[in-house]
Amino acid sequence: MGSRPNPGDLVRVVKGGLVLEGVVMPTTEFSDPNSLVIKLSNGYNVGVDVRDARIEVLKEKMYEVGKVPEAGETSVSGSGKMKMSFISTGGTIVSKVEYETGAVKPAITAEELIEMVPEYKDEFSSIEVLELYRILSEDFTPHEWGELARITYNKLRGGADAVVIAHGTDTMAFTAAALAFSLRRLPTPVMLVGAQRSSDRPSTDSVLNLKACPVIAREAPFGEVVVVMHGSTSDTYVLAHRGVKVRKMHSSRRDAFQSVNDVPLARVDFPSASFKLLNRRYLKRSSPSDLELRGKFSDRAALIKFYPSMDCGVIDHFLDKGFRGIVLEGTGLGHVRNQCISSLRRAVEEGVLVAMTTQTLFGRVNMKVYTTGRKLLEAGVIPASDMLPETAYVKMSWLLGNYGDLNLDELRKLFLQDVAHEINPRHELNLYPRWFHGE
Amino acid sequence: MSDELDYSALGLKVGLEIHQQLDTKHKLFCGCPTSLASDDVPRKTVERYLRVAKSEVGEIDPAALYEMRKGRKIIYEVPEGHACMVELDEEPPHELNRDALTITLAVAEALHSKPVDEVYVMRKIVIDGSNTTGFQRTAVVAFGGWVEDEEGKVGIQTICLEEDAARKVEEGKGYIKYNLDRLGIPLIEISTAPDIRSPEQAARVALKIGLLMRLTGRVKRGLGTIRQDLNVSIKGGVKTEVKGVSKLDLIPKVVKYEAMRQLNLLKIKEELLARGVKERDVYDQPIEITEILSGSGSKLVSKALKRGEKAYAILLKGFKGVLGKEVQPGRRFGTELSDYAKAWGGVKGIIHSDELPGYGIGEDVVARIYEVLGGDPGRDAFVFVLGNPDKAFRALKAVGGRAKHALQGIPKETRGANPDGTTRYLRPQPGAARMYPETDVPPVRITEDMLREAAAIKPPTPEEMLAILTERHGLSRELAEGLLRDPALQTYLDLVEEVEGVPPQLVASTLLVHLKGLKSEGVDPSAITYEVLKEVLRAVAQGKIAKEAIPEILLKYGKLGGKTPIKEIIDEFGGVKVEDLDSLIEGVLSENEEVVKAKGERAFSLVMGKVMGKVRGRVDGKLVAERVREKLKDFLRRSS
Repeated sequence: MGSRPNPGDLVRVVKGGLVLEGVVMPTTEFSDPNSLVIKLSNGYNVGVDVRDARIEVLKEKMYEVGKVPEAGETSVSGSGKMKMSFISTGGTIVSKVEYETGAVKPAITAEELIEMVPEYKDEFSSIEVLELYRILSEDFTPHEWGELARITYNKLRGGADAVVIAHGTDTMAFTAAALAFSLRRLPTPVMLVGAQRSSDRPSTDSVLNLKACPVIAREAPFGEVVVVMHGSTSDTYVLAHRGVKVRKMHSSRRDAFQSVNDVPLARVDFPSASFKLLNRRYLKRSSPSDLELRGKFSDRAALIKFYPSMDCGVIDHFLDKGFRGIVLEGTGLGHVRNQCISSLRRAVEEGVLVAMTTQTLFGRVNMKVYTTGRKLLEAGVIPASDMLPETAYVKMSWLLGNYGDLNLDELRKLFLQDVAHEINPRHELNLYPRWFHGE
Repeated sequence: MSDELDYSALGLKVGLEIHQQLDTKHKLFCGCPTSLASDDVPRKTVERYLRVAKSEVGEIDPAALYEMRKGRKIIYEVPEGHACMVELDEEPPHELNRDALTITLAVAEALHSKPVDEVYVMRKIVIDGSNTTGFQRTAVVAFGGWVEDEEGKVGIQTICLEEDAARKVEEGKGYIKYNLDRLGIPLIEISTAPDIRSPEQAARVALKIGLLMRLTGRVKRGLGTIRQDLNVSIKGGVKTEVKGVSKLDLIPKVVKYEAMRQLNLLKIKEELLARGVKERDVYDQPIEITEILSGSGSKLVSKALKRGEKAYAILLKGFKGVLGKEVQPGRRFGTELSDYAKAWGGVKGIIHSDELPGYGIGEDVVARIYEVLGGDPGRDAFVFVLGNPDKAFRALKAVGGRAKHALQGIPKETRGANPDGTTRYLRPQPGAARMYPETDVPPVRITEDMLREAAAIKPPTPEEMLAILTERHGLSRELAEGLLRDPALQTYLDLVEEVEGVPPQLVASTLLVHLKGLKSEGVDPSAITYEVLKEVLRAVAQGKIAKEAIPEILLKYGKLGGKTPIKEIIDEFGGVKVEDLDSLIEGVLSENEEVVKAKGERAFSLVMGKVMGKVRGRVDGKLVAERVREKLKDFLRRSS
């Protein structure tokens, strides 16, 4: 057959006595290269092998496919009291599939947000929706962290009572930590919200997560960057996790986000929408005029996960490329193989900041217990206490971005200083989760 | 009302949608088994809410939609071993179960359907909570094809493979509860063209398709594993969907009653138009009549008022007598209105002027209601409901809307089948199904390998089936041909497979001869359930009763109206021990000593006849013959 019709065209396919009419859909990464996907009038998509089919275009461009409205800023007003700034960076929470074309549209407007959460009209006096990015969270870099921090700072300076940031969940914890280090003395919580089930599904988790935001903005005594996500597989409560202590702990569950080595700051129960503070250790809200921005990030920091037999040349590679900070995700109390110690010593000698975290995630590094640890300390590796590897990495990028002109000793001191409660000095019994053991 | 309808004059058109669960090892999109959990399986519960965007409403009853918008809680029971993170919508679906696809392809081939080249899984919005995701996953696997039938070929439109929904456990104020064990079991959905022309043909074609699927040997059997939906229309009527006809023998009744309903609704339309009734004659602004009714002395009313409910009425000008018109046996136009009140307002029903005086409401009260509504008792009708204002208003608004529609004809409805074959309103028919691609499941290219595998389990053709019956089961050609034409074939195959050690010949004669013979004895053969047959044949196979007892047992069971457990009847007919038999034979011999002595061994048939007269049906004739022969020899030896 001749040229293939384009997505959006209405076509008639004749094939071995069978006649089908429908609209051509975009193919997926998994589609057979010889297949034409058409949507029939009954709503179903089917794949037709074009090699033995006669295809007639009945009408070109029945639908515009892949046309996405330009990103921008929209707003609506409501009858509530708070001013809310909603910053969308992309991700599942703002992804919608178009029925007609099957194309995924990563866009959101203020109107669409209100349709998702009608309660916002009663909670807020104004809702500004800024589409800053339309990126998947794995594509974030320190550059975006810095820009997002600056824009959040401006929104707060501009009088926003609540800032909600829509974000893909995969690297949401990194961004949360980045904002937590950047925005000093917050007047109100900055809330990162995501979805594990996209917002176009009736079962989406995004609505409940979004519903919790005004409650937290109104009731929380803390001024911290928090991740606001489901606390359970049921739609019964949402947790506000401290941005520097939270981690995505499951690839797909609604309650994937959990605080590690800390207790979540608060929970919001539903359907009552009642707020409950869970953690008494928090940074209080400051006056808006005290807000400070330290929002630069270096892209010269690296996070390396150690594994048995790891080639120590990995470390040298980063040094050769001019990296200025390395966070190691070591074993147990904070170890890497003895062979690598010389490379790490070289790093410190070259003025590179090297810190040790643990791949057990739970617990604290302690490098004084075993010989290897002691040797690493002696080589100049900084024990990162109970910081999550990701948080330590972000912290290093932030330190190098804002304080890069300081000498190594000063940087080491800063690294060990608790900035946003990323270090928890006391671990109580209940900080470690219980798995199923046959009870 | 005349009972017989001329279907060809009516222009009856029926299409079927048949859903059959597949007997695969795993569910359609995960590794869970496809069996239902028994009650003692430990379970956890999960609570969810579904979000309904205005534009995304799929198939849902109006009342359920209303509840959902108010935030109805959905509780899922998660039985251990029967549901995983996939059913809980906590993990993306795994790849489409290839085995289920193969079975679907086999059925497609048997129906002469043409498979698509690449299967795309879609999401169909369903927000009653029966799918944790809020949508059902479904895919078209094949198009076209036909089923042969003596009234003419019936076309196949599509063959889909989809996931079954969760099992509803209970429903209460503000919540609905489902069990997740059924969610995700593969289902084949076969949609026929509206080529069916009579109620009997509808049942026959459903049976043929059901049997064809059954013959793959890869579909589930038993209650709830196959469900039929019907699309019924007549000339001038509309295509009405009837859901949930689970029994085959109900199909002709449902078709007949639906054709009857549409015919009667068309007559009502003409009657109303002839009376000059206009839409504006339906006064759908409710007027409170609580006070008038409070003095009526009606128990129904006073109970409602005690609950704090109120009474509201609307006037239907020119409708007098119409509400009392029967549209289906036992269902009047008023019942149709009542369905709307129930579905939209969640009230218990309506009371209308065509059934008054009644319910303890007297003439005077009726007159006062007419007065308040400004109606003419000789010409107009009214409807009232009892309930809180919110429910009552919604109910009456729906009633008013339905009454207005009577002037245009028949509304497009999805209806549910009642056990007697009549139907009730469930919800308006949804617009074009809201479907979007299931992006989490990659499309599946249908390969030559898959088609080869499908060919291996393709259900046998009638000729192949005949060979199986005669060669493998050893039936006579006549019996086999009889079975092949008979709806009992499926039951036959099930019994042969499920009752260990039963001769196929016996199963066939039980179904074709004994069961049918019951009719002449005044017993309805349909009273004999599959389980009863299974018990009886098993008892024969295990030697508990003689095969000769089958007709008598079935007759007795039927005459007792199926109320006595079959096991008890079997016990009555069984239980003759060899010792008892022996002493019985000895008794007969001594009673007839002289004749026996005179006849010698030739006395066998005489003795046999007398013994059988006493034990017929309770012990196998072969055994009796054996014992009689031995005892007779002994007797003759002793006495010589």
